[in-house]
Amino acid sequence: MRLENWMYTITLRLRLLFHRNAEGADLDEELRDHIDRQIEDNMKHGMGREEARLAALRAFGNPAVLREETRATWSWSGLEQLVRDLRIGARTLSRTPGFAMMAVLVMALGIGASVTLFTVVRGVLLKPLPFPDSDRLLLLCERSTYSAGGGDFPCNQVAGGVYGAWNKESTAFSSMALYSDDEVDLSASGNQLPETLDSASISWNLYQTLGVQPVLGRGFAPADDSLGANGTVVLSWSLWKRRFGGDPAVLNRTIYLDAKPYTVIGVMPAWFEFPNSTIQLWTPVYHEKPAKLMAALDYHDFRAVGRLKPGMTAAEATANLSTISRRLHDSQLDNPFIAAEASSRPLLEHLVGDVKRPLYVMLAATLCLLLIACLNVANLLVARTAARRKELAIRTALGGGRMRMLREHLTESFLLATAGGGAGLLLAYAAITWLLHSQYTMARSGSIHIDGIVAAFTLGVVALCAIISGLVSVLGSGSKQLLSALHESSRGYTTGGTGARLRRILLAAEVGLTVVLLMCSSLLVTSYQRLRATNLGCRTDNLLTMRINLPGARYRTPGPAPASFFDTLLRRVRALPGVDAAGFVTAVPGEGYYGDGGFTIAEHPPRARGKGTLAISRSADPEYFAAMSIPILRGRTFDDNQRLDRANEAIISESFAKKYFPGEDPIGKHLRLMDKQQLHQIVGVVGDTRYEIGEAPGPMQYYPLFAGDENYGTLVIRSSHNVEQLGTPVQKIIQSMDHDLPVSDVLTMDQLLGKNTFDQSFDAVLITGFAVLSLLLAAAGLFGVLSYMVAQRSSEIGLRMALGAQRGQVLRLMLADGLRPALIGLLFGLVGSTATTRLIKAMLYETRPLDPEVLVIVTTLMIASAVLACMVPAWRASRVDPMSVLRME
Amino acid sequence: MSKPSDLVQGTLDLLVLKILALQPLHGWALSQRLKQISGEVLQVSDGSLYPALHKLEQQALVQAEWKPTENNRRAKFYSLTRLGRRHLAKEAANWERISTAISGVMRLTEV
Repeated sequence: MRLENWMYTITLRLRLLFHRNAEGADLDEELRDHIDRQIEDNMKHGMGREEARLAALRAFGNPAVLREETRATWSWSGLEQLVRDLRIGARTLSRTPGFAMMAVLVMALGIGASVTLFTVVRGVLLKPLPFPDSDRLLLLCERSTYSAGGGDFPCNQVAGGVYGAWNKESTAFSSMALYSDDEVDLSASGNQLPETLDSASISWNLYQTLGVQPVLGRGFAPADDSLGANGTVVLSWSLWKRRFGGDPAVLNRTIYLDAKPYTVIGVMPAWFEFPNSTIQLWTPVYHEKPAKLMAALDYHDFRAVGRLKPGMTAAEATANLSTISRRLHDSQLDNPFIAAEASSRPLLEHLVGDVKRPLYVMLAATLCLLLIACLNVANLLVARTAARRKELAIRTALGGGRMRMLREHLTESFLLATAGGGAGLLLAYAAITWLLHSQYTMARSGSIHIDGIVAAFTLGVVALCAIISGLVSVLGSGSKQLLSALHESSRGYTTGGTGARLRRILLAAEVGLTVVLLMCSSLLVTSYQRLRATNLGCRTDNLLTMRINLPGARYRTPGPAPASFFDTLLRRVRALPGVDAAGFVTAVPGEGYYGDGGFTIAEHPPRARGKGTLAISRSADPEYFAAMSIPILRGRTFDDNQRLDRANEAIISESFAKKYFPGEDPIGKHLRLMDKQQLHQIVGVVGDTRYEIGEAPGPMQYYPLFAGDENYGTLVIRSSHNVEQLGTPVQKIIQSMDHDLPVSDVLTMDQLLGKNTFDQSFDAVLITGFAVLSLLLAAAGLFGVLSYMVAQRSSEIGLRMALGAQRGQVLRLMLADGLRPALIGLLFGLVGSTATTRLIKAMLYETRPLDPEVLVIVTTLMIASAVLACMVPAWRASRVDPMSVLRME
Repeated sequence: MSKPSDLVQGTLDLLVLKILALQPLHGWALSQRLKQISGEVLQVSDGSLYPALHKLEQQALVQAEWKPTENNRRAKFYSLTRLGRRHLAKEAANWERISTAISGVMRLTEV
């Protein structure tokens, strides 16, 4: 094409884009000119003026239609139509701002909630781990049974010796590494206070196995990973920034962990969090742990991770490990705590294990909410379409195309959904910020953020909402019955058949979904309440707890140093004014499983080869039971002489006595601990306690704290009132005894339990939030639709009353009208929830999926809110003044 | 729709281009010429020329220009562009081929 042609085309396009109105006027002039010329021509041929005009128009065709057709050939005409539709949509919506606000709000809630949940689910569950070829990474476990491995743990932790054998002999992995969680005390330095940090002990090759590199310095070398090596440590990015000001000169500096010197050799990248996000530093495991532990086959203390060789499947690799485990087990048949089999699972599955099900349940709940929101908006649109029936019928009669109206309809719901989506995205952003703030310890929380995929998901949800609500409402508008609509609108006595029926169906669906959500949420709430009300086996009020870890370098175990520290501490704490009692134990009820130990009973015949007995084990001081109000059922507490090597007493729990001493008196019998050949005489039986809320109490054995075997645990302080006030004076005592000793988790017993049941309460709160929202939405839907129907039927009601109907009758009629769909929905909802609540069964504690109490509460709540929503419009209907209504017609 | 149903799709464009190739014309004059030449055989409503003309302008096959006419009036004159001329030549040859083929078939006598 030649240049001048280009110029012409470009100016034409630009004129059509920016001077469309002027071009339109030109077109009008062009068409008018044609007709004028034709008229003149006709008159020249002898027609009269009027006849000439009519003949010209007849020959020309419909000018309005031709004008539109010509304009349709112009460039940008798609854009023009879109702009026009949008303008019409915006104008219609702004005529009913209440409706528009309501619809946008409803959409925003639904979209916001689902975008938030999608973002979280994607970040936690769907994104692969941030390591190269992360699908080839496996968590390696021992499969423990009661006869081999000491309990029913399908994916038990790995013993150091077993890992050693696997690592040396297995041919299935290109690399295999070991890790375990620890806590270390970082000593004070400069003006920085000492603090307790979560750390991980790892084998030197963990970083290589995962496929990550430090951003600064180096990772561990094989030489660092041995008992004789100098201490080395790799810092997390956040610790480096926070404690060392992000100073690169930190490399080769010496820091003190548990009072031992370590050289800083590297800093990991900011995104690296392994095995979880609270880990602040890494040390080499063979340097940290005693050689005996690393060689043991029966101390299941570690986690192992392996990278599969190319072409190797997980099943083959696990079978390979199992043969090695079988050989180890068979080599020491008299030790019952060596597992005979291996198992494995994808590393991702292990890292997110606890949150997977709650997240999916939550996602399902939000999608439910979104659907309810869409139905609600559809319902509002249907009601409005019905109100505009007359207008639409007239437009159709004047030649408005069905497609064109459909497009207008969809544009309107697109406008609503887009506005709702924008607001929803803001909501989601706020919700995610809050979530990351309050749930920062959740697995993989670092990978949760709004990104392109989430934006695309939002767009998809918006489009889906627009289409669902738009199409449903168009289906309901029933413009096929054009004539009947025109007839009907002349006498407004009927309720407009299809529209009303569709609205009732939508309402019933909405109520049904709400019932399902309500059922799930009230089950979770009930379960949570029962969980919190569990009897732990001790009193939990007016108790203050704090966690103390004595550094092993200065408080070596077994030895006199930890024993005398705890003894002095307890004496000084008990002397404080306001302290009623104080005790110390390695872990209080509800704090977790902590340790267990294998034992034999000296008075009983030896068990069969390879059979062992195992119970949770605690070290406690003599006054611990009194301080916690754990009842002493028989015998007494530890004698005061139970110190260091002289310690030879034991106390057992009630279920221990029942299980291992059925029908005999345990007092005076002797326990022999597996790893120490010393005999302990049983001097007392105490009440059962639960090591974790939600777990059944199990056999428990207590040994004297002052034996000096343990150097960590929890201090408990009982006071008659305001126990929190004792926190500071007690911490001062600890500081004065060892100024380098940090104290963590200063919590009342109730706070400690709250912290440990935080996830459950979080789930319950979230899903309750969704349920309340959907209840509100369903009630709003009932209210809106019924109000509308009352307004539509006001003339009918007036007529009925003029013919003698009583107000009470009218009230009943209207109530029945609104409640029928609600009741049908309730029925379907209850049926639906029997299926869905089964899915959350695993999340419930002592609550059955069809808990009768919950069933009654939900049904009552739903009916009550339905009645409430129907009451106002029904009452308004019964107040209708028949004369004024009839006159209005 | 006001598209001439008995006119083969696209033929109107060809006729318009052919007439404009002879001289630039405004809309009404073009419709008069069309009627004259085709001898009232082609029944096209006058107005349906305009969507066709505007479409050809968008395709850069014709250009338009407002020019004064008699009695102090003005009208929009359409003329063929170079591209339009080439297009016409191609389409005319095409038409020739097809109509020859069709006439050939039509001239077959039944045996």
